[in-house]
Amino acid sequence: MGIISRGFGGRRRESLPGLPPGQYLTHDFPVLSAGPTPRIPLDKWKFTITTETGEKHSWDWKEFTALPSEEFTVDIHCVTKWSKLGTTWKGVSLDTLFEDVESAADYTMAHSYGGYTTNVPLDDLLEGKAWLVYEFDGEPLHPEHGGPVRLIVPHLYFWKSAKWVNGLEMLNDDEPGFWEAGGYHMYGDPWREQRYQGD
Amino acid sequence: MIKRITWRAATVTAVRWETKTARTLVLDVPGWSGHLPGQHVDIRLTADDGYVAQRSYSIASAWSPSSPSVELTIQRLDDGEVSPYLTDVVEVGDKIEVRGAIGNWFVWRDTQTAPVLLIAGGSGVVPLMAMIRARGRQPFRLIYSVRTPEDAAYAEELRHRVRENPGLDVHFVYTRKAPEGAGAPKRIDVATINSHGWPPDFEPDCYVCGPTGFVETAADILVALGHAPTRVRTERFGGA
Repeated sequence: MGIISRGFGGRRRESLPGLPPGQYLTHDFPVLSAGPTPRIPLDKWKFTITTETGEKHSWDWKEFTALPSEEFTVDIHCVTKWSKLGTTWKGVSLDTLFEDVESAADYTMAHSYGGYTTNVPLDDLLEGKAWLVYEFDGEPLHPEHGGPVRLIVPHLYFWKSAKWVNGLEMLNDDEPGFWEAGGYHMYGDPWREQRYQGD
Repeated sequence: MIKRITWRAATVTAVRWETKTARTLVLDVPGWSGHLPGQHVDIRLTADDGYVAQRSYSIASAWSPSSPSVELTIQRLDDGEVSPYLTDVVEVGDKIEVRGAIGNWFVWRDTQTAPVLLIAGGSGVVPLMAMIRARGRQPFRLIYSVRTPEDAAYAEELRHRVRENPGLDVHFVYTRKAPEGAGAPKRIDVATINSHGWPPDFEPDCYVCGPTGFVETAADILVALGHAPTRVRTERFGGA
């Protein structure tokens, strides 16, 4: 336990089992982005998985939205300390996208329109753990929140859920993405409070 | 080797009100190894029953070996859990746990030679003020949007710096109530940024900080005016 803050009572919220350590609950949907919001016309949108051998698997908007989709409800946790419980999304499971991809690589780098990157181990994307989503709460995903398509990896801090995602690059070795290169944790498990390097 | 960012027990050595609702805490942090303008710290409060709350706050001060303290300017959010404690309860001599400094993207380094455009909405001015305080001779412009003149933090210091330090311009935008002679209240728009920013040809480094809606608007305008998106760094806070 840390030092006691004189006169600090806190809100005495009921303890919430869904809330990782150091997080607080929000009902808003805050936005964290490093730069301006890119606007991507749907007829220009494309998503590509590139394997470690350079083999590419691509989907345009029509192909992507024709894939089997799922609606799912998950909790999300931002490293800036807010958590939002019970958010509902619609999109395509990464298992579906990786169905025909042959790769021996263990790591991936997500790439986004606007240049953002973030690294996620392949295992954390498969077996129902991650999606590419295009709807939030029954509405098309707003550009502010990463539309037209963002990655959702709810069991990791939300910076791993790359907005405006346009590709996954398979890597043999783990490499830091945008925030990770700036001192944020390589993995980012909110339940182990892996916010920064060394946590 | 990975350097752990450890929690440190900081002591509040001074406090001062910047507006009626924003207060600066001056912290002495043992072992602090310095920070860059734009970086933030995490703070951790612990109630006597062990309940813990953490938040992130931008640093307002510029660091140098001769001015090693860390200043945070806290805007009180009336429905907040932590900010009213920091603005209204904390006194000189109290201890607060902090760790940092954190972030290497929304920072300005004095090795940057490009002109700088800072756009602040409300308490988004805090990390931008750290940049102004750290500035050497580089040309800086600040566009600072506030509700009323009384809501402007650091107003006296900014006036003083504009007078004393060539190369710094400050333009206020008043959204609710403007002082005499400043025109009608308005929101930041294309004309504001076109007149009081830098031309895109100058390739300025742009920093925008404020509530989400404000930052979206200002960053969109910068891109529309022709600034490269990669030169526009943003930091947003609050609900969407």
